Amino acid sequence: MKAEAMNKPAAATKLHLTKKLKGTSHNNLAGYIFISPWLIGFLLLTAWPIIQSFYLSFTEYSLLEAPTWTGTDNYANIFTNDNDFKTSLKVTFIFVLFSVPLKLFFSLMVAMMLNKNVKGMNLYRTAIYFPSLIGGSIAVAALWRNMFNLNGYFNHVLSWFGIQGVGWITNPHTSLGTLILLNTWQFGSTMVIFLAGLKQIPGELYESASVDGASKLRKFFHITLPMLSPVMFFNLVLGIIGSFQMFTSAFIVTQGGPINSTYMYALFLYEKAFKHYQMGYASALAWILLVIVALMTAINFLVSRYWVFYETDGGKQK
Amino acid sequence: MNKALKNHKVTSHLLLIVFSLLMLYPVIWWVGASLKTTAEMSLPSIWPSTPMWENYTKGWQFSPEFTFGRFFGNTLLMEFWNVLGAVLTSALVAYGFARLNFKFRGALFSILLLTMMLPGQVTIVPQYILYNKLQLMDSYIPLVLPHFFGGGAFFIFLLVQFIRGIPRELDEAAKIDGASVYGIFYRIVLPLIKPALVTVAIFTFIWSWDDFFAQMLYLNSVGKFTVGLALRMYVDQFEIQWGRLLAMSLLSVMPSVVLFFFAQKQFVEGIATTGLKG
Repeated sequence: MKAEAMNKPAAATKLHLTKKLKGTSHNNLAGYIFISPWLIGFLLLTAWPIIQSFYLSFTEYSLLEAPTWTGTDNYANIFTNDNDFKTSLKVTFIFVLFSVPLKLFFSLMVAMMLNKNVKGMNLYRTAIYFPSLIGGSIAVAALWRNMFNLNGYFNHVLSWFGIQGVGWITNPHTSLGTLILLNTWQFGSTMVIFLAGLKQIPGELYESASVDGASKLRKFFHITLPMLSPVMFFNLVLGIIGSFQMFTSAFIVTQGGPINSTYMYALFLYEKAFKHYQMGYASALAWILLVIVALMTAINFLVSRYWVFYETDGGKQK
Repeated sequence: MNKALKNHKVTSHLLLIVFSLLMLYPVIWWVGASLKTTAEMSLPSIWPSTPMWENYTKGWQFSPEFTFGRFFGNTLLMEFWNVLGAVLTSALVAYGFARLNFKFRGALFSILLLTMMLPGQVTIVPQYILYNKLQLMDSYIPLVLPHFFGGGAFFIFLLVQFIRGIPRELDEAAKIDGASVYGIFYRIVLPLIKPALVTVAIFTFIWSWDDFFAQMLYLNSVGKFTVGLALRMYVDQFEIQWGRLLAMSLLSVMPSVVLFFFAQKQFVEGIATTGLKG
């Protein structure tokens, strides 16, 4: 697990040192040759841009002229004068709050359903993975807009039950809901990671529980969930980070509307940068997002101590 | 006993079929709608009275100048370089992190993991400025280049885990036979990580196909458009011809679907055996 690896830099160094003592020599040149593609890319496209973005967040910059230093003006404006900032932050938090748990729950259920040995599993997997394959393409926007139109198919199905639907995407009260639904429908990669986790739970655990007469529900809560908690944690952390950056569906399905009801933070930032060319302002927004995401992740790691269960080192497979 | 097992299997199948249909329902509707006239679009029937095959033929002819053949060609060419770059460099980098000892390895690997959590919004503005300064706008370089830098932290991490699962004795044996670290990589490790590399290739293909944002940011001229960008123009340019739009969008997702179907065993099991284990 990535999360686990991150918790253990100290352990890694220790291992490193003992190896050194044993006489395994360093091979600095070869090591750096092998990782050079990543290292160059990291310096050029990540590290340097991070520094530059931090600097730009204290400037006004339109791409045409050199950046002019404005101190903390951008931040002051964002926090005091900018209603779009407040709106987009609110919309994004609501989106994260609903879509992350929904997607986790749904993916886990599906993964458990697919973790069986039945014939034709390939076909089922492809069918169930299909919505995730079409991802953020325009195809999805066209599909979603048509499904949830006033005259769309969804309302037609509702009419069988005598329910009068609305234009789900054009109604500001329901538009965000359609995006949450869309995001949940595309649960593929989260589900695949759960599936990988489920396959690693030793079958003996279930067998001995069966011998003891444990019910299915009991097995789920006392074996599956604890054994799966590191994977759950991984999906939760990446899910929250990803949802805070949700852009495509808001951009192509609703363009942030109606009445800003789906005006996601990433969309707001995009418009500032690439529509109005306020690069300094957009950089400040990006840094605020970074701080929010870092805080959320830190909280996640702190809370994880109370619910994420790691196998003891003795039980670990070599 | 046997009967109970059989019953259990039948319920499993039933559950899976119902669920698959539920997931695919919008897609089935989509296939039908791609053959409808705009007037028919809002009618409840799934299938049109007379299929409008011309949604496909006329949709394919994007403009007098370009057909969708051009856009598919553009996208596939970009994909070729993306997949090549990701597969080639992710294997190199992962081998370095998994098997070689060098100064700051632990720290650099932690940084690599941290970059997975970095919101792309922080780097996108300076990157855009950089490509703008280097006059690389309206070219495929900003889209392809990042894949040659290790293919992304997620893939490197996946491969490192995979390589860690290969017994070190194999390396040692090759070393005794006089192989250098490069020889070990090429002759021992590379052949063994093929399944994981297939996973990297498929993921890269599907994700770049869908990476509409970067394409929109860096490509301007219609002749260079990817399928995704052409579809978006379709929405803007004409008074939306839903039939044609849906027909062409359906074609646009086919490459990913076909690829997934044929490689999905390796795809899912590649991740499972790579083991997101510690």
